[in-house]
Amino acid sequence: MEEISPNWDSFYIHVNETTQKWVCFCMIFQQQFRFCCYFVTFAQNFSILMKKQLNLKVENLKKITEQHILLSLVAPNGDMPEIKAGQFVEVKVDNAPTVFLRRPISVHFVDYAKQRLDLLVALVGDGTRKMATLSVGDEVSVLLPLGNGFPMPTKAGTKCLLVGGGVGIAPLLYLGDRLKAAGHQVSFLLGARNAGGVMLEDEFKKFGSLYLTTEDGNVGEKGFVTNHSILEKEQFDEIFVCGPTPMMKAVAKYAYGKNIECYVSLENKMACGLGACLCCVTEDNKGHNRCVCSEGPVFNINELPWQN
Amino acid sequence: MAKLETKIGGLTLKNPVLTASGTFGYGTEFSEFIDLSRLGGYIIKGTTLNPREGNPYPRMAETPSGMLNCVGLQNKGVHYLKDHIYPNIKDIDSCLIVNLSGSTVEDYAEAAEIIGTMDKVQAIELNISCPNVKQGGMAFGTTTQGVEQVVSAVRKAYNKTLIVKLSPNVTSITDMALAAEAAGADSVSLINTLMGMAIDAERRKPLLSMVTGGLSGPCVKPVALRCVWQVAKAVKIPVVGLGGIMNATDAIEFFLAGATAIEIGTANFIDPETTVKVVDGINEYLDRHNFKSITEIIGQLEV
Ligand SMILES: Cc1cc2nc3c(=O)[nH]c(=O)nc-3n(C[C@H](O)[C@H](O)[C@H](O)COP(=O)(O)OP(=O)(O)OC[C@H]3O[C@@H](n4cnc5c(N)ncnc54)[C@H](O)[C@@H]3O)c2cc1C
Ligand SMILES: Cc1cc2nc3c(=O)[nH]c(=O)nc-3n(C[C@H](O)[C@H](O)[C@H](O)COP(=O)(O)O)c2cc1C
Ligand code: FES
Repeated sequence: MEEISPNWDSFYIHVNETTQKWVCFCMIFQQQFRFCCYFVTFAQNFSILMKKQLNLKVENLKKITEQHILLSLVAPNGDMPEIKAGQFVEVKVDNAPTVFLRRPISVHFVDYAKQRLDLLVALVGDGTRKMATLSVGDEVSVLLPLGNGFPMPTKAGTKCLLVGGGVGIAPLLYLGDRLKAAGHQVSFLLGARNAGGVMLEDEFKKFGSLYLTTEDGNVGEKGFVTNHSILEKEQFDEIFVCGPTPMMKAVAKYAYGKNIECYVSLENKMACGLGACLCCVTEDNKGHNRCVCSEGPVFNINELPWQN
Repeated sequence: MAKLETKIGGLTLKNPVLTASGTFGYGTEFSEFIDLSRLGGYIIKGTTLNPREGNPYPRMAETPSGMLNCVGLQNKGVHYLKDHIYPNIKDIDSCLIVNLSGSTVEDYAEAAEIIGTMDKVQAIELNISCPNVKQGGMAFGTTTQGVEQVVSAVRKAYNKTLIVKLSPNVTSITDMALAAEAAGADSVSLINTLMGMAIDAERRKPLLSMVTGGLSGPCVKPVALRCVWQVAKAVKIPVVGLGGIMNATDAIEFFLAGATAIEIGTANFIDPETTVKVVDGINEYLDRHNFKSITEIIGQLEV
């Protein structure tokens, strides 16, 4: 009788094939599964990136100076969307008879863990003064996040200068936070009219070095931000600016001269904040009217007719 | 649930809530806030034959309960609309209407013909509150001859539903409505904005680049209601009512005054979800008053 020895070779081949099939199957399955996961995260990302109308609750309202408040709002349902530095929100102001439209306000800071959004508001008219009368626990309707933020530098360790004037410093705190977190070097150059307008120094210092100017010279160097000695002493790779238009134009002139990448955030009057009404336009260097709320509010100075 | 379906000429709308031109962009600007397919229809931004840059900034001034604008019909022209915007919005499951403006009769007619080639566009809303450059800049919509001229020209060039949007800046809006009807309009919509202005007393300067602008929002509602009521009594074609509608109660008032459908404009800026809230609110009103259909309340004002 011939001994029937198992054909190990073919057995191995068989096992191998089966395993391969299994491995293949598992790989396909895994891919599919991963694809599903990607899809889910994509969908989730998409939903957190979507614009929303939310009723936020006032958590805190702090008087920072005679003319400024820091308004902290929380999303009670934990649905604070992801917000980029430089984006803004449209705040509805209730019970103010002369205020009809929402008020565009920059995102000053976001703390996702606490689901908190901070707004730094200058009290200039009926709408903003009404905001200053809100009480803890009040509901505030906001549309967010609106507009495009400041673009993040692509080169690692970019030397960034963040220049703000007046309440234009508002979006720079969150920008400093984001830039620092991305490994860039942050310097703030903030200008105020006088000592009374200098605010939140300790907050800014958390994310970078702080340079100040006041027009009367009582705090920091005397003059406008463009007079500060740091502009001569240091070479920056990118500049980000928000403040009154003449100040932004002056900084832009410096950036053009030194050929530094420079972004400015415009504060045109807005009605919808969504790109629907075209009330908020600014003329670009090609003579076209560009929508500040949806194409901006941040523009590269090379897009604007500010060269002269 | 009551029936919300309503008809404008040959056009059946699933509900009577439309968006007002110039306040809703191309609809997509609002798609993150609302389900566009819940709208009866949406009327997109004022379109002209050739691209227009519009007026200089500042184009907007807030007023108590309203706003002034002098945007000046900034748009990229009808060809751009057809080639670049239409493909992205044509499949939205709602009735797509293009608001058409022009500065000569020929421009209106040529653009209307091009709009006619876009299958999914179901109607034109003709904005006749535009200056007629050949007639010294006087708006087409301010004389009966002007209305007849532009409406008949567009009527010849376009065979789908034609809605003529009337300006309230006239002595008799009813005369303009009758002229539009006689020239072949399927419907009239009213009101466009009221001319106004705003001044910065401190700087002794106008707040708008063009000095004057169009007033919209709740402050114009009483004028709009009066116009709709007068016109609805005078014409046989359906009337689309708008001007200051902020909520469903405002909308109901327009139906009672004689409107077959309504448009929501400036309210979209305050609450981007206004349109769908108004649809729900109309439903609630009809149910509460035991009406089976929206058509039962049109023009039912008891005077
Ligand atoms: C994208 C964007 C972001 C903004 N971020 C902030 C911010 O973070 N903090 C902040 O305090 N303000 C910010 N503003 C400005 C703010 O929106 C206005 O100050 C506010 O709308 C004024 O409302 P009010 O009712 O208090 O004053 P109003 O009665 O409307 O106006 C009072 C005075 O302020 C002037 N004014 C009104 N709107 C503006 C404007 N947009 N820009 C400049 N001057 C204006 C008016 O001409 C008038 O002289 C931002 C504006 C924009 C467009
Ligand atoms: C910013 C803005 C732009 C407008 N653009 C147009 C337009 O292009 N064509 C048009 O027929 N009406 C235009 N309108 C008028 C509105 O469609 C509507 O007739 C008017 O605003 C009154 O309605 P409301 O009070 O609901 O806004 C515009 C209104 C606003 C506020
Ligand atoms: S504010 Fe309406 S388009 Fe920018």
